[in-house]
Parts: sequence; C-alpha cells; structure tokens
Amino acid sequence: MIAMLPVPAVDPVLDTESWWWQPLAIVGLKVLVVFIIGLVGTMFMVWFERKIVAGMQNRIGPDKAGPFGLLQTLADGIKLFFKEDLIPERSDRFVFKLAPFLAFVPAFLIWSVIPLGGDFTDGRDGTVEWFGQITRVQLADPPVGVLLVLALSSIAVYGVMLAGWSSGSKYPLLGSVRASAQMISYEAALGLSLAAVLMAAGTLSTSGIVAAQDQLTDWHLLSTGVVPFVVFLIAMTAELNRPPFDLVEAEQEIVGGFHTEYSSIRFALFFLAEFMNVISMSALLVTLFLGGPQPLLIGSFDLFAVLGPFGGTAWLLLKVFLFLYVYVWFRATLPRLRYDQLMDLGWKVLIPVALGWFLLLAALQLGRDNDLSQVGYVTLVIVCLVVLGLGYLLFTAAISVARRNRDREGAAY
Amino acid sequence: MSLFLRDYLNVVWFGLAAVLVAGLLLGLAAAVRPSNPTREKLIAYESGVNPVGMGWSQSQVRYYVFALLFVIFDVEAVFIFPWAASIERYGAFGLITMLAFIILLLDGLVYAWKRGLLRWV
Repeated sequence: MIAMLPVPAVDPVLDTESWWWQPLAIVGLKVLVVFIIGLVGTMFMVWFERKIVAGMQNRIGPDKAGPFGLLQTLADGIKLFFKEDLIPERSDRFVFKLAPFLAFVPAFLIWSVIPLGGDFTDGRDGTVEWFGQITRVQLADPPVGVLLVLALSSIAVYGVMLAGWSSGSKYPLLGSVRASAQMISYEAALGLSLAAVLMAAGTLSTSGIVAAQDQLTDWHLLSTGVVPFVVFLIAMTAELNRPPFDLVEAEQEIVGGFHTEYSSIRFALFFLAEFMNVISMSALLVTLFLGGPQPLLIGSFDLFAVLGPFGGTAWLLLKVFLFLYVYVWFRATLPRLRYDQLMDLGWKVLIPVALGWFLLLAALQLGRDNDLSQVGYVTLVIVCLVVLGLGYLLFTAAISVARRNRDREGAAY
Repeated sequence: MSLFLRDYLNVVWFGLAAVLVAGLLLGLAAAVRPSNPTREKLIAYESGVNPVGMGWSQSQVRYYVFALLFVIFDVEAVFIFPWAASIERYGAFGLITMLAFIILLLDGLVYAWKRGLLRWV
C-alpha cells in the first residue's frame, strides 16, 4: 500500500501560535530585502548587459552616469518618469493599463520561492536563526514551490498577450500572438525537463530540491544527465524571449513587438519585468540544477567560507552571475531564429528529447530502487513493449479513421 | 489559517507589495509628466503612414493549433509532476500506468505531426 507521507515542512517561523513581533518583523524584512535585491539586481543587469555587449562589439558602452556608468539604468528610469504617457485612441483602455501589472508582478513573485542563502551542506536544511526565531532565507517555502513558479510564468504570458492585443495596432498584435505561441510551446519542454529534476529530488519544494543536491555528484546537472539541463536552458531562453529567440520583439519585422504602443513608465514596467525575469529564472535554473546556495567544494575547501553565514548567498550570486553572462553571450553571438525553425526546435526536438530522457530516467531510477528478480525485469520489459505496441496500434487506427472521414467528407486541406 | 496556507500568505504579501510599487511608480509618473495629447500622437503606429483598417486584424490559424497542442502537454504535466516527485512509492505499476498515459497523449502529438500541423508553411 502507499504510505502516507508527512506534510512537507513549511517555513518554521510561521509554525507558531504565539504571534508576536518577531515573525511579522522577519516576514516584513524578507519582503523588503527580496524587493530591494530584485530592483537593484535588475538595474545592475541592464547595465551589465549593455556593458558586456559593448565589449563584445568593440565599443565602450555606458560610462558617463556614475562610476563605470553603473547609474545609467537609474538615469534612464528617471528620464522615463518625465515622458508623456500616450494611450492610443483605438486601444482597449482598461486592458492596456492592466497588462504592465500582469507582466511586472509575476516577475517579482518568482523571487519569493528561490532559496537565497542558508547552510544546506552535510544534510542541513538551510534554516537560520534571526531574532531568536528559526527561519529560512527565502520568502516562502510552499511544498509545491516549483509549480508556483510554473504558474507565475504562465501568468506572465497573459501580460505580454494582453499588452499586444489591447494596443489596437497591428505590430503589437503580431508580436503578442507570436509571443504566446512561442512561450506556451517552450513551456511544455520546460515542464518536461523539470520533471526529471523533481524525480531526482523527490520533492516539489525549492528548498527540498536544494537540500537534495548535497555533493557535487548530487547536483541535478550531473545526476539527471546533462540533457534536462540543456533542454531547460534552451526552453528558458525562449520563455524569456531573449535572443536568439526574441522574435516577439524582432525590431526589423514588427518594431517593438507587444510594447510598440507603450511609452513612459508603462514601458519601463515591461522592461523591468523582462530583465527581472532573466535574473529570477537564472536563479531558478541554479536552484534546480546547480545546487542553489550549495558551495562547490574543492577538496574540502570552500571559497566563500570567510563570509560565514553569507557564504551560501555568495555562491548563489556567483552561479546566477555565470548564467547572466551566458545570456548576454547568447545575445551577442547567436543570430535570431526563423519562426518555423523556432517551432520545429520546440516541438520536434526539445519535447521528444525531454520526454524520452525523462522516461529513461524513471526506468533507471525504478531499477535502482526496487531489486526486481530476473522474471520481474522480463515481465516489466514485456509489459512496456505491449503498451508501446498498443499505442502504435491506436495511432495507426486514428490515422486510418481520419483518412476515411476525409475521403467521405472531402478534404478541407 | 492552516499552516499549509501561511507560506502562500507570504507570497500574497509580496504580490501586494509588487502591485503597490508598480502603482506608486505609475502614480508618481502621472504627477510629474506632461500631458499634451494631440490627435496625431494617439494614432496607432504603423511605420509612419496612416493606419489601414482595424487594429485587430485576423491572425493565422496556425498559432491557434499550437495553443491546442500545448493543452496536451499541460494535462501531461499535471499528472507527471506528482508522479515524478514520489516515483518510488508507485513502483513498476506506476511506471507502466504512466507509460500508457504518456503514450496516449504522445499519439496526439505524433498524429498532429503526421498530418503536417507542425509544419510551419
């Protein structure tokens, strides 16, 4: 029989009946800190991208505002405050105003389930003690944190989609239709590669996934084979509409894509959301495949041991930074895909590969866990083959029925 | 409120904070920016020429087909995730059941592929 599992642990600080200032202060502090990290990180990311791309193209890039041009994003943001905000006359005014929120809020919310630090080494669960309360260095640790992230990235599709539709203009509409088709196509591949990680970790909670990656060999990058990681990286780049998958805002074809009609601070919200998504999804990738705040030990030497309790955070930042660089590198190096190539890559390569690899891993995992007898193995293989055969039969039946119906009713195409 | 839901309450607080910040940014901008809309400024952008026809033009049906196909994998994800997270508990029986389920759904994708729906013409 299937045994009942205990309910996964939530953040211990919330597990109290005596509500006093400490839990509230901790939650408030976390909200504030994560918010500041998000905003400052986004500002930094915009500068970083411009600077690196400039370097790769043999230019200087922003260097006037502040040291090394670090305050360039802030200057641009302040400028946008003083720009006129135009709402096109043919737009759907309510949806037009709603769409930036739908893009901006989910981008932030992904941060809430990323473990931002804490000590996960040697099987510790990453809890820390603040103000005499035990808590986690993440805003919320729901038992299905990964599903929450997937749900939020689905909501982000609505932001893009409604922004383009509500503009009442052709380029944005084209951009938004492209965006929604692209994002949902790659979300399928994203989810399937994610399933391999969930199988290896045995939990959907983000802190549980980090805790499962104790040694370097436990890192899901290695323990699931490198394939899900590569699929996830490609699918994520497409999900973020980053180059080389930026057909959504392909300047040469459809101007700015979905945000063509947006100006002033509404445009800035889309821009912020886009870059914030880059950082938060990189953090998710690191959490899922590279152990999040887990240190990469050389022998038993921890590079950031001097930072004490902040060592985990430093490791997380270092790894996230690596992927931010990879994204910028993608942008500077790879030419944009054509739309049919994009769809082919998603549906004909990534999804079958991710699904096949996932089933392979599932079979391997079961073979490792259950010591089946010789007869058991043979039976299992035979049953699997029978299922495969039945699937094939069903498929040929569907094809022949469809052909018969087409012949009878006349083909539409 | 149950312990299970308290973590989500944190997420809600954070979401409210995000809405608040976005609203504050918009409100602040509304207070300081100029507002001088003219008829020309409000015309939809169409590379500098006057817009032709409706803004909500028809788009191709092939985008819609991909949205339909996506539903296959969304359904699949709903069942795969819980199974993947607790694969040991269901053992070989779970594997075969899941295999049958996945192959049924894959038939849908292969059918669409065979009929040329995945070909972008």
